[in-house]
Amino acid sequence: MRFKPHGGSCGHACCLRVENLSVQIGSDQILKDVNLHVHCGEMVALIGPNGAGKSTFLKAVLGQREYQGVIAFSQPGQRSKKPRIGYVPQSPAFDPGDPVSVADLFACCMSRRPAFLGLSKSMRELVLECLERVHGTDLIDKRVGTLSGGELQRVLLALALEPLPNILILDEPLSGVDIEGMENLMDMLDEIRREYDLSILMTTHDFSMLRRYADQVVLIDHTVLIQGSPDTVLDSEEFSRTFHMKGGRA
Amino acid sequence: MSIWYTLCELLPWEMLQWDFMKNALLALLLMAPLFGILSTMIVTGRMSFFSDALGHSAFTGIAIGSILGLTAPLWAAVGFSILFALLFSWVRSRSNQAADTLIGVFSSTAVALGIFVATLGGGSFTKYNKYLIGDILSVTRSEIGMLALVLLGILVFWVLFSNRLSLMAIHPQLASSRGFPVGLSQTLFTAAIAVVVTLSISSVGLLILNSLLVLPAASARNVARNLREYHLFSVVFALIAGVGGLTVSYYLGSSAGAAISLLLALVFGITFAFRKVRG
Repeated sequence: MRFKPHGGSCGHACCLRVENLSVQIGSDQILKDVNLHVHCGEMVALIGPNGAGKSTFLKAVLGQREYQGVIAFSQPGQRSKKPRIGYVPQSPAFDPGDPVSVADLFACCMSRRPAFLGLSKSMRELVLECLERVHGTDLIDKRVGTLSGGELQRVLLALALEPLPNILILDEPLSGVDIEGMENLMDMLDEIRREYDLSILMTTHDFSMLRRYADQVVLIDHTVLIQGSPDTVLDSEEFSRTFHMKGGRA
Repeated sequence: MSIWYTLCELLPWEMLQWDFMKNALLALLLMAPLFGILSTMIVTGRMSFFSDALGHSAFTGIAIGSILGLTAPLWAAVGFSILFALLFSWVRSRSNQAADTLIGVFSSTAVALGIFVATLGGGSFTKYNKYLIGDILSVTRSEIGMLALVLLGILVFWVLFSNRLSLMAIHPQLASSRGFPVGLSQTLFTAAIAVVVTLSISSVGLLILNSLLVLPAASARNVARNLREYHLFSVVFALIAGVGGLTVSYYLGSSAGAAISLLLALVFGITFAFRKVRG
């Protein structure tokens, strides 16, 4: 993937700019002419029916899919650079029987030293530092298979935040998480984007949190149907036509 | 080797007065960590039946090798197993059938081909019996040297690749999102199992080989809380069962491979009970 220099069409200093993005797989047009700006510190939610191309869009931004169009990133002081992206993949629960602790998971992802030898002292400190960001230091020795949906998402979030990214991308972070866990997670994301001034781009099927947390909601079904503030999108004709309901009540 | 022999004579075991027992013990001390280590990933990656199928393909390789008049059918078997493993991985990545179905297809084909080749032209099957049952007591010095080399190779491989393999086995999405070369690690791991399975087949025997690749880790999972304990327990259980099984078979005159497998099954039972106590 090549991030092209910022052309200046966005007034905001720090911006992930997606212009005329199209993705074709075989003869299927998955995405067509998608335009989107995500500014630093902003939380943008991508919604749409199943098969609308949400995950494909995220993969294009991550550079895991071929695309036509422009995906560019700019921030103050630097004309153009490849943004550092933290990614929380859509995640099934772990096998409850796996003898893998949260510390092991971090070591497997981040360390060259084999995890089966145990964690070095400095690595363990780094893991604790990472978990501190998601208020989860008490999870370090838990087996991954015993984590609740919310705890699992927090651990994956902590992994995605090391090293600190410019853009944080989450694929369906709220699925499999109970109501209390959802609020916790959204509060945490809110706190993280303010503290580290990073952009958050997430897909979700849960609309109940959007009015409270999202700055921008984008409804896509192969192309952008409507985008704007949560109120604008959730009260729109396009939204109720797509989901056959009104007012963002899931 | 002579150091080992001297060392054995210092040990109070009566069975170690025989050279073949000294060889067998050394071979087992090398094989147990091999099986213990590989076992952890085979079980986590849900490849138990795949390793079983590899054992069958190794047998086919031996049959083909001896029909072709090769003096060392074992090397033919190693080649055939690796080929079989790679072909299986290739088909698996391009098929939408479940992995266990594909394993069934490959495994039964390998067995059929092995028996077909072995009995071609009215040949007798009897000479292949040793590969089915295995005989650790007839292990040669050169085989022991080979096992030591393989163990060294696997240890190096493990230090370099085990983090990636673990992550791939427990969370494939996370592994691919981190850009790990999934294909390369998996291919190397598959080839590693193929080599180890094939080299141990004449000592342990095809019929019970797979229990050594599954039971150590399966028992360790009952009690381990993290990867370090998992590896440690798996290797320790394999060592205990290996040495214990050899001793039992010496005094009772049974097959060593079978005794080792039964001891491993016993360890599984004990750890299973212990798991319940620990909740």
